[in-house]
Amino acid sequence: MIDLIIDTLSWVLLLFGGGFVFVGGIGSLRLPNFYTRMHAASLTDTMGAILIIAGMMLQAGLTLATIKLLAILVFLLLTGPTATYALANAALLSGIKPDTENIKSEETLPE
Amino acid sequence: MIIIFGVFVLTLLVITAIAIVRAENLFVAVMLTSIFSLLMATNFFLLDAADVALTEAAIGAGVTTVLFLSALSLTAEREKSQNRAKWLTIGVVSVTAMVLIYATFDKPPLGDPNAPVHQHIAPWFFENTPIYIDIPNVVTAVLSSYRGYDTLGEVFVVFAACIGVLFLLSASKGIKPSVHPANNQGLRHHLIPKVVGRLLIPFIILFGLYVQFHGEYGPGGGFQAGAIIATGFILHALLEGERAALAAIPRSALLGMTVTGAMLYGMVGVACMLLGGNFLDYSVLHSNPVIGQQLGIIAIEAGVGIAVCGALLSIFHAFTARGLS
Repeated sequence: MIDLIIDTLSWVLLLFGGGFVFVGGIGSLRLPNFYTRMHAASLTDTMGAILIIAGMMLQAGLTLATIKLLAILVFLLLTGPTATYALANAALLSGIKPDTENIKSEETLPE
Repeated sequence: MIIIFGVFVLTLLVITAIAIVRAENLFVAVMLTSIFSLLMATNFFLLDAADVALTEAAIGAGVTTVLFLSALSLTAEREKSQNRAKWLTIGVVSVTAMVLIYATFDKPPLGDPNAPVHQHIAPWFFENTPIYIDIPNVVTAVLSSYRGYDTLGEVFVVFAACIGVLFLLSASKGIKPSVHPANNQGLRHHLIPKVVGRLLIPFIILFGLYVQFHGEYGPGGGFQAGAIIATGFILHALLEGERAALAAIPRSALLGMTVTGAMLYGMVGVACMLLGGNFLDYSVLHSNPVIGQQLGIIAIEAGVGIAVCGALLSIFHAFTARGLS
């Protein structure tokens, strides 16, 4: 019974993780400008990675593989957001302006 | 299931290769080359070649990308367009592709146990490695002991490549970098990459040492470890700037590492001769021939690791320091 619950939970995590990666992929193709596309791409190596590796850890059980997966997860969580920051910073320095015009026209400031 | 995954990875490889050929922006081409290497590593892993996969991931996707990027900072960003002799190129490539595809018809199917490659000498390696060398990873046994001459040759190729690149890059001074002056300061003023990078460098080097000394038991060995340790130092150079990195390990020390590694390998062979065996016959290094083999493998793997690490870092500094002077 407990095995079934763990198996189900792990598959739910894997599917949600796959969903996040898929959404990230669509987003990095479809979103209008560089920074929004990067925002979508960063979804894959944070939320997608967390859910997929958590699902795989549940599949592996209490073995050495789980500890290795945990190490990989910590590594990805440190490097992924840092890489996104570095990319955004480099883009800003090289003169790609965030598209602020659309935001101003849509945003209704409270009076 | 694994067949589907293999076909998927191979399809992506073809798409990436076409994209590399069609890319005109060289930065895009470099990033695609990195993706190509990563896909290739996955493909090697699917074929159960974990050692080769680790090498491809560390050198192809890791170090080579950094070397290409630092080379790009010395040249232009866009490919020069050339229209002449296009049909000749396409013709040669298609004929070669046809011949290669025709050649695969004679190839035994993938994983066929009766293929000649699995019948000739491989069974002997699998039967006799536990007797003569007694290490679990047969790949390391083949690479460092049975085929020790070949690996010695490879290390000298790495050494020669390093010397060649250094000669080429120091040939003429005064070429202005066209994209960006090589960044003297590194990322010293960017807090987040600096903190995270400093946190990661010790672990990268520790993992490199694990790969180095675990090569007898699992995938790994000198080539992979040298590349991983080199990436740790390259990260340091990117974060702290070129001058700080060269102050930490001067260029002469890096060249010394390359020479020392190659010499260490050769000297182990000479030591075997002096002790009465053949060149690179490690059995004479200890009273127990099995332990002698293991000692020899550890020594030459260390030589390979030191040589590869020194060579990669020398090449990296040769590219990045060129824009500085």
